[in-house]
This record gives sequence, C-alpha cells and structure tokens, in this order.
Amino acid sequence: MMNADNNLVNYLLHLADTTLILSQRNSEWCGHGPVLEQDIALTNIALDLLGQSRNFYQYAAIVSGNNHTEDTLAYLRTEREYKNLLLTEQPNGDWAQTILRQYLFSQFQYLYFEQLQYSADTQIAAITAKALKEIKYHVRWSSEWVIRLGDGTEESKVRMNAAIITLWPYTGEMFMPASYEQTIAFRGIGYDCSELKEIWQQKVKTIFEEATLIVPEKVFMQTGGKNGTHTENMGYILTELQYVQRAYPNCEW
Amino acid sequence: MAVTDFEQAFREKIDNEIKIEPKDWMPDAYRKTNIRQISQHAHSEIVGMLPEGNWISRAPSLKRKAILLAKVQDEGGHGLYLYSAAETLGTSRDEMIADLHSGKAKYSSIFNYPSLTWADMGAIGWLVDGAAILNQVMLCRTSYGPYARAMVRICKEESFHQRQGFETLLVLSRGSAEQKAMCQDAINRWWWPSLMMFGPKDSESTNSDQSMKWKIKRKTNDELRQQFVDMIAEQIKVLGMTLPDADLKWNATRNHYDFGEINWEEFWNVVKGNGPCNIQRLNARRKAHDEGQWVRDAALAYAEKKRAREQKEAAA
Repeated sequence: MMNADNNLVNYLLHLADTTLILSQRNSEWCGHGPVLEQDIALTNIALDLLGQSRNFYQYAAIVSGNNHTEDTLAYLRTEREYKNLLLTEQPNGDWAQTILRQYLFSQFQYLYFEQLQYSADTQIAAITAKALKEIKYHVRWSSEWVIRLGDGTEESKVRMNAAIITLWPYTGEMFMPASYEQTIAFRGIGYDCSELKEIWQQKVKTIFEEATLIVPEKVFMQTGGKNGTHTENMGYILTELQYVQRAYPNCEW
Repeated sequence: MAVTDFEQAFREKIDNEIKIEPKDWMPDAYRKTNIRQISQHAHSEIVGMLPEGNWISRAPSLKRKAILLAKVQDEGGHGLYLYSAAETLGTSRDEMIADLHSGKAKYSSIFNYPSLTWADMGAIGWLVDGAAILNQVMLCRTSYGPYARAMVRICKEESFHQRQGFETLLVLSRGSAEQKAMCQDAINRWWWPSLMMFGPKDSESTNSDQSMKWKIKRKTNDELRQQFVDMIAEQIKVLGMTLPDADLKWNATRNHYDFGEINWEEFWNVVKGNGPCNIQRLNARRKAHDEGQWVRDAALAYAEKKRAREQKEAAA
C-alpha cells in the first residue's frame, strides 16, 4: 500500500475490520439462538455490520490502489494486519456475553459515528450517516436485553456479572487512539475517540443502573487490536473466515 | 345445526374454492392434518437453517456471506409465519417444538444430509429450494386460508433463493478445474435426496388421498417429482454439468423425462432417523433450546417485574 494515503487506509481498515469481526462473531449464533425472534434479530445486526464493513473495505480498496478489492482486504490479510477492536473478537460465550459485547460496542459506535457523519471526507460521512440509523436500533435492542438480563432472574444476573468481568478489560481500547487515528482526526476526517469516554461511561452507567448492574472501576485495560496485536482468538476467526480463499487462491466465487 | 350440516357447509366451501378460516367449523382430521403438515413445514425451515448456517463463517466472499446470512435469516422468518399459521388451529409453538425435540414431529429429511463444500450452498439453493418451491407454489392454493397466505409470502423469497443458488453454481461451473469438480460433486450428492423430498410414490403414500380431497394438496408426489425432473434436466444444460442418473432421458411419447429408480431403502432409513445427520440436527436444535431456557426465563421474569411495577405506579 505504498504511495497511498496510508493513514487513511489504516483508519478505514480499522473501521472495516471491527465491523466485520463482530459480524462474524454474531453470525455464529444464526440458527442457534435462544428464541427464534432473537435469532433473527441478532442475524439482522450481523447483516448490518457486514454491510458497514463492506462499505469501508470498498472505500479502502479505492484509496489504497494496488488492485485491492473488498475481498482481498478481508480474506488475504493476516491476524497481525487486522486492526479491529479486541472487544469484537471475544468469543460469543453465552447469550449474556454476546449481548453485553454488542451493547458496549454499539453504544460506543453510535457516539462515534454521530461525529463521523460530519467527517471532512464525504465518503466516510455518507457511510456513517447511513449506518447510524442501523446502530440506533442495535443500541436499543442490546440495551433492552442488558436490562432484561440484569434485572431478570438470579441466574441471568450472575451471568451478566460474569460477562462484565470478562469483557470490561477490552473497553478501554475504544478510547485510546492509534497514531493513524490521531492523524486522521487532526485532518478533520476522523474524530478523537478519547473525547467520547466520559459520555460513553455515563450512557452505560444509566443502562447498568436500570439493569441493577454495577459499572466496574479501576480495571486494567487490554490494548493492541488497533495496531494488530490481538488476543489468541484472532487466528481461529481468520482460519474460518479465509479458509476457502486460502485453499483455492485466485478464483471467482 | 347438526354435525352433518356443518360437514355439508365445509364440503361446499372446499368444492367452491372458498378458503377455510380459523373460526370455521372443520373436521377434526382436517385440523390435525393441517397441524401436522404446517408444523412439519415450520420445523423444516428451522432445521434447514443448520446445513446452510454451517457455511456462513466460511463463505468465500463478503457478497456471498451477506447473501447466505440473509437467506438463512429468511428461513427463520418463514418458520415464524408457519408456526403462527399452525397456531391458528389451536396448537402452540411450545407444543410443536416439544414434538420436534421428542422426535414425534418430523421435518424434511433433506436436512439430514451434510453440507460438505461451498458448492453445497449452490446445490441446496438450486435443487432443495427448487424442489420445495414446486410444493409451495401448489400450497399457495391450499384450502386452509392462513397456510395459503403464508405460502404466498414465502414463495416470493424462495424463488429468489433458488436463483441465487443457481448463480452460485454457475460461477463455479465457469471457474477453475477444482471449482468445476466441486460443483459436479455437490450436484451428485444432492440430486437423489432432492428427488426424495417429494415423498413416497403415490401408490405408497398414506396421507395423499385424503389431502387431495380436502384440497390441502393439489398435485400428487409423483406429479410434482416429474415436474421437478423436467425442470432440472433442462437447467443443468446451462451449467454444463450432469445429473447422476444413467436412466435420465427425454421420452417424446410421454413428453417428460424418464428417470431412474430412487433408493427407497435409503429414503425410509433417513425418515426413520438413520440419515447421516439426523442425530446432529436434532441435538443442535435441542441444545439451542435448552441453553436458551435461562434467557427465556429471565425475559419472562423481567416482564412480570415490569408489569408489577407499572401497576403499582398506576395505583399510587
């Protein structure tokens, strides 16, 4: 990707990878959900996220040149090149963990895309403005489930608390910009994600209070996803995702 | 009115092509046959999500992934309409699902075959959905109103799925030698099970006669199977592939394709639970249901708490 606007490409890949990997995770539930209606709802979110990732990849392919396509970017990069948030690659676990992962991410994504819709880059502005309509629903659906599970039965509360302990260390990364993000934010194309930390915490606190759950404090945060240093999950995700393309290179599908 | 008068009115509706509606009087056996058939159809949609769901994570391009994900989701939606249609006859989704999990209720045996390669996603769309559509187009005119109306909606989406399946195979058939081989292999494996989808021969079919009289069915198993063979035998020419049947040939006298004998021993064995994936499919459904129990319990508990709080606030 020489000669191209590397910071912009990396930034777009970060946005694309994050939405693709969360979509990939959510789609593992398809056909296995706890209730048919919710199976369909989560698959719908997986489809929305996949659509968003394709928009970002397609744009990244144009900006990067080098004959890239959405598929070469998604299927032929390795785990050290993927730039998704660590949160999105975490296993589905039980329904509580899947729901919480979705809520923590969607709540952030909503606030973030609210800013990106005013990006100086008209393509990013258009993609995020369109996505916001979808994300608004994702926040509503997932926050309702957080409340239901937190304030449901004793068992569901225990499971929600376990999910909070598991996932919370991966939330800090959302508000720590990578260097390419800082550059892009400075150019008015991106937005400084650290600015969103406080309002995100307030929003989460409100939902957690209604769910009778407690927001953890002083948790040491894991980082690295934005720069390609992932958890051990990543290799397995890409092994599945990329299997056909790797086994039969240079084919049309 | 005496029962015979009710029967007479029911018969007249059937004869005059007036749909039977949920509140109409209907013979018990008509009700039971419809419950059996509609719930079996709903279960087929839900179990049918599994062999295709198996390839969502490995779809070879983002576009194919999106198409497959949307397709499997559509099947879930079809399951929903069909469970609702069956509920109008006085059963509940919980009862129907319990019958599926106990093995009392059946689903289409085709889903007891494994989806082994990417080409299977094309073959399932083209052959399995293709066979299902012939049955479903007929069911758009079935005599029970809610079932017929659910079918109209479902048919629109299914014919789209079939075209997508064919197009998936078309790309493979024009691809590398490995892709062509993958395409032919999938057709070889799915062809005979697809023919079996139409059920036993008319001479062996226990439920057919009465269902025809009640206009639940309007074509026999063998008629639909012939229609399917005639359609696919032509479409495969476009793919440049072959169907795995040495006896398949055009018969100008009958104006239909002749085709070989189905392996009925295999058919009955898969129906009885001995297919390659019967155990895995049912276990996957049971596991999803059992592991979802605490989720459904929590949702219910929360809804009750919320209602109690609202009532308390209203009283205050």
